[in-house]
Amino acid sequence: MDLSLTTEQQALRDTAREFVDAEIVPNIQEWDRAEAVDRAIVGKLGDIGFLGLTVPERYGGSGGNHLDYCLMMEEIGRGDSSVRGIVSVSLGLVAKTVLRFGTEQQKQAWLPGLCSGASLACFGLTEPDTGSDAANLNSKAVRDGDDWVINGSKMFITNGTWADLALIFARTGGTGPKGVSAFLVPTGTPGFSHTEIKGKLGLRGQSTGELTLDNVRVPAEAMLGSEGEGFRIAMAALDKGRMSVAAGCVGLARAALDASVRYATERDQFGKPIAGFQLVQEMLADMAVATDAARLLVWRVADLIDREQPFGTAASMAKLHATENAVNAANQAIQVFGGYGYIDEYPVGKYLRDARVMTLYEGTSQIQKLLIGRALTGVSAFT
Amino acid sequence: MTNIVVLVKQVPDTYSERKLTETDHTLDRESADAVLDEINERAVEEALKIKEAGEGEVTVLCVGPDRATDAIRKALSMGADKAVHVSDEALHGSDLVATSRVIAAAIGKLDSVDLVIAGNEASDGRGGAVPAVVAELLGLPQLTHAHHLAVEGSTVKVDRETADEGITHLEANLPALVSVTEKINEPRYPSFKGIMAAKKKPVETYTVADLGIDAGEVGLTNAWSAVQSASPKPPRQAGERVEDDGEGGTKIAEYLVGQKLV
Ligand SMILES: Cc1cc2nc3c(=O)[nH]c(=O)nc-3n(C[C@H](O)[C@H](O)[C@H](O)COP(=O)(O)OP(=O)(O)OC[C@H]3O[C@@H](n4cnc5c(N)ncnc54)[C@H](O)[C@@H]3O)c2cc1C
Repeated sequence: MDLSLTTEQQALRDTAREFVDAEIVPNIQEWDRAEAVDRAIVGKLGDIGFLGLTVPERYGGSGGNHLDYCLMMEEIGRGDSSVRGIVSVSLGLVAKTVLRFGTEQQKQAWLPGLCSGASLACFGLTEPDTGSDAANLNSKAVRDGDDWVINGSKMFITNGTWADLALIFARTGGTGPKGVSAFLVPTGTPGFSHTEIKGKLGLRGQSTGELTLDNVRVPAEAMLGSEGEGFRIAMAALDKGRMSVAAGCVGLARAALDASVRYATERDQFGKPIAGFQLVQEMLADMAVATDAARLLVWRVADLIDREQPFGTAASMAKLHATENAVNAANQAIQVFGGYGYIDEYPVGKYLRDARVMTLYEGTSQIQKLLIGRALTGVSAFT
Repeated sequence: MTNIVVLVKQVPDTYSERKLTETDHTLDRESADAVLDEINERAVEEALKIKEAGEGEVTVLCVGPDRATDAIRKALSMGADKAVHVSDEALHGSDLVATSRVIAAAIGKLDSVDLVIAGNEASDGRGGAVPAVVAELLGLPQLTHAHHLAVEGSTVKVDRETADEGITHLEANLPALVSVTEKINEPRYPSFKGIMAAKKKPVETYTVADLGIDAGEVGLTNAWSAVQSASPKPPRQAGERVEDDGEGGTKIAEYLVGQKLV
């Protein structure tokens, strides 16, 4: 097995680093305080082809495989998890899903815009009353002639107030997962509205919205996949999405580690750099080992996807470990920084606030353990 | 169709610690991260803009050791069409006259060059004379220190800006050589497609012998200048702190005047 990167992958990583250091890192404090990134960043990511990774060129994408995608996500995650999340959702959860399940017409209609950054997408699964238990969602789509009429509300939707396209999951049949269908809904459709959710602990730079669909009418061609296939589509999207979150978390943990190493060698106490104290080195070593392990888990998922092998459980493992590690690493970084870690002059406090949501969304840590447990035992502990 | 050659150099990253080797006082290329000089990214950007505005082909030309292929690849992934790489052990320690001769000879290998674009000075050696010497050797008009560049038909127009002389408007017939300053443009990032395309672009490699140059004319032992001794930069002094007790502004102004900074 050869874990070295090709020349092109190194060049991709270097470009991503350079881009992140110049276009993202200098702005993170301001974007965090303003509770919004400068949305021009989306177009810039589109210009260099990052929003089209893994999408074929004939749909406006830039090609590339899932390892390329993870290398990019690690670098963006190192810079700012808000930006990483915007990409994860628009490209990772929506564009890739349209590519996999869409008709030729749907792909032509949506992919070029999403890949260039001219448009942005959101993924509407969670509802006020159904989070982990997404298969019981309540939004309803009713057939009316050649159209579907959708009613319901969606909670905590990333890109929710910025998106041009919403991938909406709604019930078209009976209870449970088999009654759910997926729809590609332009957010300008009459009856579609959104409210910004303010006051988030972290990821303050990205928009998180509550969506309301009040008799939203879409043509039959807006359905993605077939009737009743929606939940399977959502889970397939989230399997890949978990790799995306995990890759971003490797970047976040690396940022926390890099900042800690730099600070530990610069800060003197008791007449020497704090890096010279064994208890500080222990924190740094723990962060480094767990972060490298997370990266290897992420790369394994990418490799499985690129070789078209089953990857669901590997994705859950990567997501579980990488997200828990991101929280730990950011928390340890604050410990290394002492009081200076507690103020936003330094980025480590933001790393912890941003990291905290990673063990919650796209399947909580508990849900990942249930998925891994079910794969190990063949017994579902969900109900 | 404008055929443009861009001179590019791989230099130690200005963010890393830059050193000279202890033995022969040449640049210690191993001690620092090597990157495409930023001024050359601007030169490539300018060439690409000319190409995109009309028709043309952009060739990057690099004289440097084997590892300089990374810098060449970056220029190709930004969008240059092909590359020429002159790499030869004998070139180690060459002075700017010898380097310029090699560059001129390599340009001579290409068909019908309309425009040569270079950075005004590399961020490592900072001699800033290579573009002028190359122009002289090739008998081309030299339009140096350009902060604006336009090709119109068979002429090139440049706004030349230097600290001493202000702005001068220059114009020459093609073929010509232009060197650009930091202010010329903001270089693009290589796109993912550009990175993937770069590996398929042709890179021609030459030794000095291929260019008809005798190894005895280049290299450290044949250089016209020599570094006798070198010592590292002294560590940075602690800064001076000005407490603002209402007079802060005045104190800062006095300090700057005292240091002859204003
Ligand atoms: C910033 C942010 C962005 C988000 N973006 C999106 C988005 O773009 N699209 C989208 O659809 N959703 C999004 N979400 C929603 C997210 O996916 C949900 O919050 C998540 O699925 C958890 O659901 P819940 O919040 O309702 O928690 P609940 O499901 O109510 O869980 C509460 C607790 O109970 C535990 N729990 C629940 N069931 C079990 C069980 N069977 N066994 C053991 N423990 C269990 C959970 O692990 C958790 O600890 C986002 C959330 C946030 C905070």
